[in-house]
Amino acid sequence: MTRTLLWFVLLALAAAALFIADLAVGSVALSPGEVWAALTGAEVDPAVRYIVLDIRLLKAITALLAGAALAAAGLQMQTLFRNPLAGPYVLGISAGASLGVALFILGAPLLGIAGHSFLRSVGIAGAAWLGAAAVLAVVMAVSRRIKEIMVILILGIMFGSALGAVVEIMQYLSSEAALKSFVVWTMGSLGDVTGPRLALLAPVVGLGLALAVAVIKPLNLLLLGENYARTMGLDIGRTRRTIFLSTVLLAGTVTAFCGPVGFVGLAVPHVARMLFRTADHRMLMPASMLVGALLLLACDLLSKLLALPINSLTALTGIPIVILVVIRNRSFF
Amino acid sequence: MAVSLKDITLSYGSRTLLDRVSADIPRASLTAFIGRNGTGKSSLLRVIAGLDPAAGGDVRLCGRPLSTLGPGERAATVSFVATDKVRIAGLTCEELVALGRAPYTDWIGRLQESDRTAVRRALETVGMAGFARKPMETLSDGECQRAMIARALAQDTPVILLDEPTAFLDLPNRYALASLLRRLARDEGKCILFSTHDLDIALTLCDSVLLIDTPSLHHLPAAEMAASGLIERLFQGGDTAFGDIPGCVLPGGRQRP
Repeated sequence: MTRTLLWFVLLALAAAALFIADLAVGSVALSPGEVWAALTGAEVDPAVRYIVLDIRLLKAITALLAGAALAAAGLQMQTLFRNPLAGPYVLGISAGASLGVALFILGAPLLGIAGHSFLRSVGIAGAAWLGAAAVLAVVMAVSRRIKEIMVILILGIMFGSALGAVVEIMQYLSSEAALKSFVVWTMGSLGDVTGPRLALLAPVVGLGLALAVAVIKPLNLLLLGENYARTMGLDIGRTRRTIFLSTVLLAGTVTAFCGPVGFVGLAVPHVARMLFRTADHRMLMPASMLVGALLLLACDLLSKLLALPINSLTALTGIPIVILVVIRNRSFF
Repeated sequence: MAVSLKDITLSYGSRTLLDRVSADIPRASLTAFIGRNGTGKSSLLRVIAGLDPAAGGDVRLCGRPLSTLGPGERAATVSFVATDKVRIAGLTCEELVALGRAPYTDWIGRLQESDRTAVRRALETVGMAGFARKPMETLSDGECQRAMIARALAQDTPVILLDEPTAFLDLPNRYALASLLRRLARDEGKCILFSTHDLDIALTLCDSVLLIDTPSLHHLPAAEMAASGLIERLFQGGDTAFGDIPGCVLPGGRQRP
């Protein structure tokens, strides 16, 4: 118990430190005093206040939420599918959301709502949810019949590639303006999240995280497999629906507003398992959320320092963890 | 009756496995469930556990129709130990057994003092108290099976079903496990029903034996089953014949002298 508490405190402190660092670092050099003044509402240059509150704070909050969201989605999928390599990106759910967004962004000019900012945000989010839900529904349906870990993974990867190809065809056929807007989106940027967008993202991700917490006990029962879970009184249909909704809201919303961010959902639950040495979701769920938030804050900070897209950084940090898991868990295959 | 089957029909695809069979199994009894491969032992256990519906007929558990029990009530009436080996890395025996308390815990599965007592008692009963803090991946097959049974005990149900609990165990472990089940039935008044291919255990350690003779089901006290000749008829093939000791096979299909 002390070890658990110690890790939680350490992770929370690290996340807080990264959050503050994320506010202090950026293309414009600001002193810690200026950042503090802007945050506390003290007398400060309006430009500084704008940079700190409307750009950096929004971005840091987005990183926090997106990291927690992807990690919670990944943990739920790994337990539901009893597959250590499951995650929203690997199973093609992010790709499904991307296709939804592509259809919307590339098709929005035709509907004449391209200019309207809030409608556009809602449209992008809705399209991402539908895309994510469609792919997840197929993966869940297949996984009920086929239990082999590799089959589900290969299916997810094939899905991802097929949907990617469709998106490419759409890009090829679309107008220059719509194309540019879409390509910028695929780079995956936390900086695109504006105040009104965060007003949509935060409550939806909040709801997804609340649902993830609500399925902690069902997830613990699902560790033993669906049969055991049912004989221990689990309403499997309701659990599947809750996990489905939670994952679609979490992975879909993050993909809609931050672009396809890979490997966080897959890698973070394993980091949580290694740190806390437990399979109990009462610890794994909050730990994953915390580590996910931490990882994305760190990636955001690095992306600012190195001027690199955040997607590349999450892939470069996530993939070594995934390889480690594969090597450790050879017995799974 | 703890488990009461009435006119149960069971089919696999277009094949009828059981045709309107009935059986009544009382409390405080250990019942072995035997039959050739693919005759529907596991399927019938799954039906009684409420995991699958039967093609026809009624199952009653402790007097109540299974179909009217909600998931929570069902989980408080019947527990199940499946054949598949479950080894969750990082899950300790104690945590595993505590999962069995799920029907009685709150939304997040917090254990009360009564739950902790039940977990401790279950581990003691199966002789695994010393393994409480050990993670599952470090257990042997026999220990793992015992831990899974402790989980079913912690679930505190009058009926316990086990699908081939002795399958992966060596000879001493098989007998130890069957004796444990027998003790549980006697001392705790449980109705324990398990499928097995170990005829010797079924005929010597159990109170009664259920035998699938497709498409019918015979239910007899173990001694009567041994004397009935049903087992010889069903299991005797080109390469097996039975000796005088119950369930003991003579090599090479030699006939009984």
